Amino acid sequence: MSADFLAALRSRFPQAADRASADHPAVNVPLADVVAVLKFLRDEHGFDLLMDVTAIDWAEGANPRFTVVYHLLSTTRSGSYVRVAAPCGGNDEAPVAPSVTSLWPGANWHERECYDMFGIRFEGHPDLRRILMWEGYPYHPLRKDFPLAGIETELPGADVVEETGTKVVAAPMAGGPFVAASGEINLSEAEPRAKDESWSDRVARPDQTPLRQVKE
Amino acid sequence: MAAEHTFPDSAARLAAGAATVPDEFQPEKMSLSMGPSHPSTHGVLRLQLEIDGETVTKADPVIGYLHRGDEKIAENMTYNQFVPYTDRLDYLAPLANNMAYAIAVERLAGVKVPPRCEAIRVITAEMARISAHLMGLGAFGLDVGAWTVLLYSLEEREKLYKLFEELTGARFTTSYTRIGGVTRDIPEGWLGRVGAFCDQFLPILEETLRLLTRNKIFMDRTVGVGVISKADALAYGLTGPNLRGSGVGLDLRKDKPYSGYENYEFDVPVGTSGDCYDRYLVRGEEMRQSVRIIRQVIARFPEGAWHATDARRIFAPPKDKVLTSMEELIQNFMIVTEGPQIPAGEVYFEAENPKGVLGFYIVSKGGGVPYRLKIRSPSFCNLSIVPKVCTGCLISDVVAVLGSLDFVMGECDR
Repeated sequence: MSADFLAALRSRFPQAADRASADHPAVNVPLADVVAVLKFLRDEHGFDLLMDVTAIDWAEGANPRFTVVYHLLSTTRSGSYVRVAAPCGGNDEAPVAPSVTSLWPGANWHERECYDMFGIRFEGHPDLRRILMWEGYPYHPLRKDFPLAGIETELPGADVVEETGTKVVAAPMAGGPFVAASGEINLSEAEPRAKDESWSDRVARPDQTPLRQVKE
Repeated sequence: MAAEHTFPDSAARLAAGAATVPDEFQPEKMSLSMGPSHPSTHGVLRLQLEIDGETVTKADPVIGYLHRGDEKIAENMTYNQFVPYTDRLDYLAPLANNMAYAIAVERLAGVKVPPRCEAIRVITAEMARISAHLMGLGAFGLDVGAWTVLLYSLEEREKLYKLFEELTGARFTTSYTRIGGVTRDIPEGWLGRVGAFCDQFLPILEETLRLLTRNKIFMDRTVGVGVISKADALAYGLTGPNLRGSGVGLDLRKDKPYSGYENYEFDVPVGTSGDCYDRYLVRGEEMRQSVRIIRQVIARFPEGAWHATDARRIFAPPKDKVLTSMEELIQNFMIVTEGPQIPAGEVYFEAENPKGVLGFYIVSKGGGVPYRLKIRSPSFCNLSIVPKVCTGCLISDVVAVLGSLDFVMGECDR
């Protein structure tokens, strides 16, 4: 079912490599070929719906740290999918990827979300603004180094802040439903607790004020 | 269906009108913020409009007011713990979300659930579709001034909620599925009550739709308004009734069947012109088709286990065994503390939800917690076409367009 377009893709783009996948056909392509590969799949193999654009952060130290992932669906080949993944360029602080808004205008919001959550700059995007967080928010929350609890941040609108005295504060995590870390849980520490260990009821908060003194 | 007909593109009409006026006489534009708390924005959507009199010249949706960081949360809890968060995506059809999420994780784990479990999921998903469409229909009517429809549809939805409560223990936030099954089997006599609901629902549905379908005011407000062409619908990744209203017959229940949908007969309604009225017609017909599916499920409801029986590290054992047998006690402990053990890999699964295609992309490094979980939400994609559709509309048409797109902000903002 899937072999025909994958074979055609590989003969057209020899750089494309198979991506391990248990469900849909998947390829890894170099960043420079993303737009051409997606255009090829759309125009010559009927993958007319761009379902999703997202990214994975492989955590600090990984090379490449960010991967962009595209999922295409075909309305004409009775619902077959294909997954295209590419490692991001640029550096860890400002990864870059090409925009596919020229192929699908619907990619606009997906890429804005990716930029908002991971800080990936999509080159050629007509309007790369934050979409879920507010304009001027200083972090990219889905990066692995962003703590689950959040980080204390000023709110936009100086007049409102002055009037109400509100700001974004980190959430108390201790005793919450969150578990340690994915795939590497130490059984002796399997008690559900905060993943963000920068502060808890035993460890002082980063600003050095103890949250709660525990008497041993 | 009627012969294909096209309506003039409102944006093109606007541009043509503006071109006839010399630059120095171009009207002054006014900026209008619609929402985030406006009755027509169905939650906390804000539209930043630029208007020239009554005509919208630019529309920029501002979203994120309901952003809770579900994807970040998912990376920090076990697979089963995340089920309640899926309730709160499209909170008008939590059962359908539960099912989509569970199937995604099961595909990754390679777990196959027995036919009875699939049938339970199909019947709950179709009931969720009816309840979501009822709400969408009522709210759409309300948006364009037909108040009565909501009274009819909410009453029917209430009956469904009674059935949901009996099945899951909750009316709204059902959290019904678990990885590898559901929380409990259907109660005694429940199928009969669902069947009885269907029998009395169809005449009431006809009566409710009759309030709108040939209603002169309703047609004036919706026919030819908010037209989305086939090409635009595909380009913007629209799915669900919004895509089918534009004439693309994509329905994943047919095209990529899951959970045994291939065993049931149903039709996929498709619109012709892609206006607000067509989207309404598609939703109306989908409810009839859902009743058809529910009746077929009831007619041949499979016997047997209602959860995966060969997934000892994924689905928790029954409680009586946990309390009496050491082996099951350990299994239960491991599943609760470390989560269902899912192998490394990645999966992308999409289900045909009431609002459109809800997708989960899960990357696992093994263990009980996903490494990355992306939610592809239909409302997010459906809303991304608003700047295009609303340009050139009247302000009152914006309300009709939003009502016909039938989005839920909980899912859009995640």
